[in-house]
Amino acid sequence: MVLSFTERGIYCAAGDFYIDPWRPVDRALITHGHADHARWGMKSYLSTDAAAPVIRMRLGDINLETIAYGEVRRIGDADVSFFPAGHVPGSAQIRVEVGGEVWVASGDYKVVDDGLSEAFEPVKCHAFITECTFGLPVFNWTPEPEVRALLNAWWQSNAALGRPSIIGAYSLGKAQRILAALDPATGPILTHSAVENTNVVLREQGYALPDTIRVMPDLKAKDHPGALIVAPPSALGSTWSRRFTGASTAFASGWMAMRGVRRRRAVDRGFVMSDHADWAGLNTAIAETGAERIFVTHGYTSVFRQWLESQGYDAAIVETEYDGDDAEDAA
Amino acid sequence: MKRFAALFTQIDQTTKTLPKVAALKTYFEDVPEDDRLWCIALFSGRRPKRTLTTPYLRGWAAEKAGIPLWLFEEAYPVVGDLAETIALVLPPPTQESDHSLSHWIGVIKSLPSLEEAERKEVVLAAWDELDPTGRFLFNKLLTGGFRVGVSQKLMTRALAQATGQDEPVITHKLMGSWTPETATWQSLIDEDDPAADLSRPYPFYLAYQLDEEPEDLGVPADWQAEWKWDGIRGQLIVRGGEHHLWSRGEELMTDRFPELAQARDFLPEGTVIDGEVLAWADGAPLPFAQLQKRIGRKSVPKKLLAEAPVVLHSYDLLEFAGEDIRDRPMAERRARLEALITDLPEGCPVQLSPTVPFASWADLAQTREGSRDNHAEGLMLKRKDSPYLSGRKKGDWWKWKVDPLVIDAVMIYAQAGHGRRANLFTDFTFAVWKGNDLVPFTKAYSGLTDAEFKEITAWVKKNTLQRFGPVRQVTPHHVFEIAFEGIQASSRHKSGVALRFPRMSRWRKDKPLAEANTFDDLTEMLETYS
Ligand SMILES: [Zn+2]
Ligand SMILES: [Zn+2]
Repeated sequence: MVLSFTERGIYCAAGDFYIDPWRPVDRALITHGHADHARWGMKSYLSTDAAAPVIRMRLGDINLETIAYGEVRRIGDADVSFFPAGHVPGSAQIRVEVGGEVWVASGDYKVVDDGLSEAFEPVKCHAFITECTFGLPVFNWTPEPEVRALLNAWWQSNAALGRPSIIGAYSLGKAQRILAALDPATGPILTHSAVENTNVVLREQGYALPDTIRVMPDLKAKDHPGALIVAPPSALGSTWSRRFTGASTAFASGWMAMRGVRRRRAVDRGFVMSDHADWAGLNTAIAETGAERIFVTHGYTSVFRQWLESQGYDAAIVETEYDGDDAEDAA
Repeated sequence: MKRFAALFTQIDQTTKTLPKVAALKTYFEDVPEDDRLWCIALFSGRRPKRTLTTPYLRGWAAEKAGIPLWLFEEAYPVVGDLAETIALVLPPPTQESDHSLSHWIGVIKSLPSLEEAERKEVVLAAWDELDPTGRFLFNKLLTGGFRVGVSQKLMTRALAQATGQDEPVITHKLMGSWTPETATWQSLIDEDDPAADLSRPYPFYLAYQLDEEPEDLGVPADWQAEWKWDGIRGQLIVRGGEHHLWSRGEELMTDRFPELAQARDFLPEGTVIDGEVLAWADGAPLPFAQLQKRIGRKSVPKKLLAEAPVVLHSYDLLEFAGEDIRDRPMAERRARLEALITDLPEGCPVQLSPTVPFASWADLAQTREGSRDNHAEGLMLKRKDSPYLSGRKKGDWWKWKVDPLVIDAVMIYAQAGHGRRANLFTDFTFAVWKGNDLVPFTKAYSGLTDAEFKEITAWVKKNTLQRFGPVRQVTPHHVFEIAFEGIQASSRHKSGVALRFPRMSRWRKDKPLAEANTFDDLTEMLETYS
């Protein structure tokens, strides 16, 4: 076993390091900056150059080394390299090779190109550890250009009526993906501080984001007619959002594919936009690795494992403590 | 279908009333007559009959999606809706078309006359040319479960706006047994005389629950009180030598209650009575369960007819000698009703629901306490000068029910809800103590707020002891106050009792498990109240 599954996280004995551990360890390799993957309390961290600034912003003064995509680094008896996962800017799958045997831990990933994150690259391996947040055949994402068109049409029709548009999206990843999809000619774009803090870091790294205005406590909605506001989901329906009276509300998530969830969210619009792979995405990604052994982590693990078995894979479920971003929506 | 799908999306996307009505109004103005009629029919519960059984659909959908049936079955409860699950698993359509709503309903109605292989072909072809929302709606129509977040009232309002007619007039016109096959736009909406159809009922006037003190209603002399019966609301029509009995849900119940055929012999032509259908023997109502046996059957065996005979307890007169008298004052309608019914011979199943005399509100409050002894759920208060309105309107009619019975019980099983609530645990089984055991005695699925359902869902996930299919056995911990309207002995229930309208009235977080009620308490209630 190149990688094994411990109660601290995914462990590589040959290199004595962990991947996205959830308990404090000496050496942690981090796939991306989401809170359930990059946790506080590790003695040392290793992430891609692209992911590092956000991780620093979130975890503060930590001992963080970086690595370029595709660069190979020797740790103990293991050769380690990072490849784009397409999940959020800077996100990576981690490839670990020990004595010719190759394992890949996917972290979170999506196979469609969102135009902002480094596009997913399939990596050949013997064993593949995959998430399956949306591992059911009912999850099939709307093609990216179509979602973009829907999103802009929604904003334009609200702007034409003179009402604000508020969209809820996670502050790392989804928020910027939405920003990149917007047609700035429609009107001003405002952002909640949680989103803007991430924007500042990403812009500095060179990710192309449109101009935005940070919503400060004294900001008046009427000074920005026809604005679109990007805020974390928790800010929707809070006192914070109340200043945008009469706003049309929306939410962007893979769960919006389901009418029941959409209605429970009680927003005016639900855009099916996920930073995780859909059913087809998971299946192609897995097939392209050429791996025979598949370990499924967070999501619809038992059904997805059974499906993989029926497709001839040697599949097993791994209990992890990854539960963040899109997954928390399901509850 | 694209136009109807757009309407559906507009309605489904918002919880606000105004945009829903506006979207419907525009739809009525935009589309051809057939589609308008079908839209009215669908939004007033006149769905086409289910023409295919769902196992076929599941199988075809799984096959088309290239997944095994077991996987489809695993996904279904996650989505919580079969029509939607099918729409979601299917590959994108390869064809494009834009047939009308009526066209697709025609397709659905044609299915029963086809061979199985042809049916499959038709359904697969439909799936392959409809967009995702269109597919979902097609499947909904196919499975006979079309329901949307818009009430008949809102649809009627939109139709009134689109046609420039008054809302109560439209409401009346939409009553009765028409279908888009039997009606035309001309006969249903344009024609001025809603009574042209002799069987057509008037819209029911519905009362609100009185939450304030009755003193706020004003002088007692302005009000009439009646018992509120626990039966089925019914409107009896005698016109053209025939009689018809309608339920509040606009279902024709004439054949279920053949006793009322006698009305034709006793009541004058052109009479419409509003009242309560009750199972009745020896001068008193029988338990609701007796009446329930009658509701379920289209034809009634002799034995049941003798065991649970029904009467109509009349409390209002809507039409007299062929004249619509709904705008006359209650007192006048009541006087005419009494005159009409007092003359009827003994043994006639059309009877008068008595008024309850009272001098002061305090007096009446006391009488109300005795409701259960009178086999009533409480009192009805009606303003003597009020007209008979249509629909649920505040002000002139109030139900003043006695407080529900309550019992504190322990939650022991939980099950996920459906549709909108598929991701929440909403259906629970409750138990009371019998010695050291917890005996289940009722289920309840309503009464909590969304926030409470969310909270209990998170708790259930962490405290599941065992799973039996969709049902989870949970650690006995939470005590809920269960409110209900009545209690009866029941051989169909293991506990031996059946509650009427049980719901969770309070989450007793303050109450320790051991202090939940006991089976003896329940038995005592059964003896007192049944
Ligand atoms: Zn993530
Ligand atoms: Zn994750």
